[in-house]
Amino acid sequence: MNDTLMADNIIEQAAAWRSAGRKVALATVIATWGSSPRPVGSQMAVDDSGAMAGSVSGGCIENAVAHEAAKTMEDSEPRLLSFGITNEMAWEVGLACGGQVQVYVEAVE
Amino acid sequence: MKRDIFDRLVAAKAAATPVALITDLTSGLQSLVFEDAVHGGFGLEAETLDEVRRRIRQDRSGLLTDPQDEDGFRLFVHVHNPAMRLLIVGAVHIAQALAPLAVLSGYDVTVIDPRGAFATPARFPNIKLNSAWPDEALTALAPDMRTAIVTLSHDPKLDDPALIAALRSPAFYVGALGSKRTHALRLDRLRDEGLSEAQVKRIRGPVGLSIGAVTPAEIALSILGQITCVRRGENHPC
Repeated sequence: MNDTLMADNIIEQAAAWRSAGRKVALATVIATWGSSPRPVGSQMAVDDSGAMAGSVSGGCIENAVAHEAAKTMEDSEPRLLSFGITNEMAWEVGLACGGQVQVYVEAVE
Repeated sequence: MKRDIFDRLVAAKAAATPVALITDLTSGLQSLVFEDAVHGGFGLEAETLDEVRRRIRQDRSGLLTDPQDEDGFRLFVHVHNPAMRLLIVGAVHIAQALAPLAVLSGYDVTVIDPRGAFATPARFPNIKLNSAWPDEALTALAPDMRTAIVTLSHDPKLDDPALIAALRSPAFYVGALGSKRTHALRLDRLRDEGLSEAQVKRIRGPVGLSIGAVTPAEIALSILGQITCVRRGENHPC
C-alpha cells in the first residue's frame, strides 16, 4: 500500500527524508474558513529536491506552498501564508477550490 | 522546528502516545504537551495547558487565542493522537475487503478470529491478526472512544460474545452483519444475556449504509461509510 496515501504519516515521511540527509520543510493548515478542502492539522512535507508528501488543499495551492517551503529551507524563517484572504500583510493568491486557508510553513532542523 | 522537538514528536507518534505540538505563531517557538509532561521552547500558563489537554482528548487541532494578550498573540495547537482503531470480528470475505479499505482510511486494524483457517496472513497481508476468542481478544484490546468494532462472522458463537464485550466498552461504533431477521434474533439473545435495551440499540444492524451494496467490497464500503458518518457526519443520518 502506498504510504503517502495514509491519513497521518507526514511527520514520519519528513523524518525519513531528514534521515536521508535531505532538507525538509513542513506546511500545516492552521485555520480554515468556508469550503476549504482540507481540515485544520492537514500537512504537507517538502524536501530540497521539491518532492512532496501529503496535501494542504485539494491540489490548488500545493505548488505555491512548495515554493515558499523552498525559501524557508534556505533561510530557516517560518512563514504564515494566507490564501483567499484579503490581508495586506499576507502573501495572497486566489484559492481556486474555494474557501480560505492559513498555512504555517517551517523548516525541520 | 527544533531538532529536539521534532525527534520527540516522531518518537511519540511511533509509540502511539497522544501529544500536542504548540506553536507560538509570533515567535516560532514550540513546545510539546503530553498528558503528564511538557517539553520545549516556551512556558505555558496552567490554564492554557488545561485547554491543550482538553483538545488532545477531543482530538481537536486549532488556534488558541490568549485572552491576556490584546495584540492577538496566537498559539496553534496541533493534536497528534494515535490512529483510530477498527476491530473486525470474523476473518471472512467481507473482512478481506474491509481491512485494507480501513487501513487506507487511516485506521489501525485488527482482525479477530480463533478459526485458524480464516485468519491467515495469506488472506490478510500486512493486517494484524488475533486468534483469541473474540470476548477475550476485545477485553485485551480494551476498546476506547476512538475504537470501532464490527462483527462479520455470522456465527453467534463468535459474534455474540464479541458484541457483549463491545457494548460494555465505550467504542464509538458497534456494527453487526446480518439480515433484519438475523439481527432481531441476535437482539433477543443479547437481551437474554442481560443487556439493556439502551445497550443493544447501540448496535448498527443490519450493518452499513443503505447503498444497495452486493459484493464483499461494496459491503465493506458501506460499513466504512457508516463508520465515517458516525465519526464525522454530525448532521447526517447514518
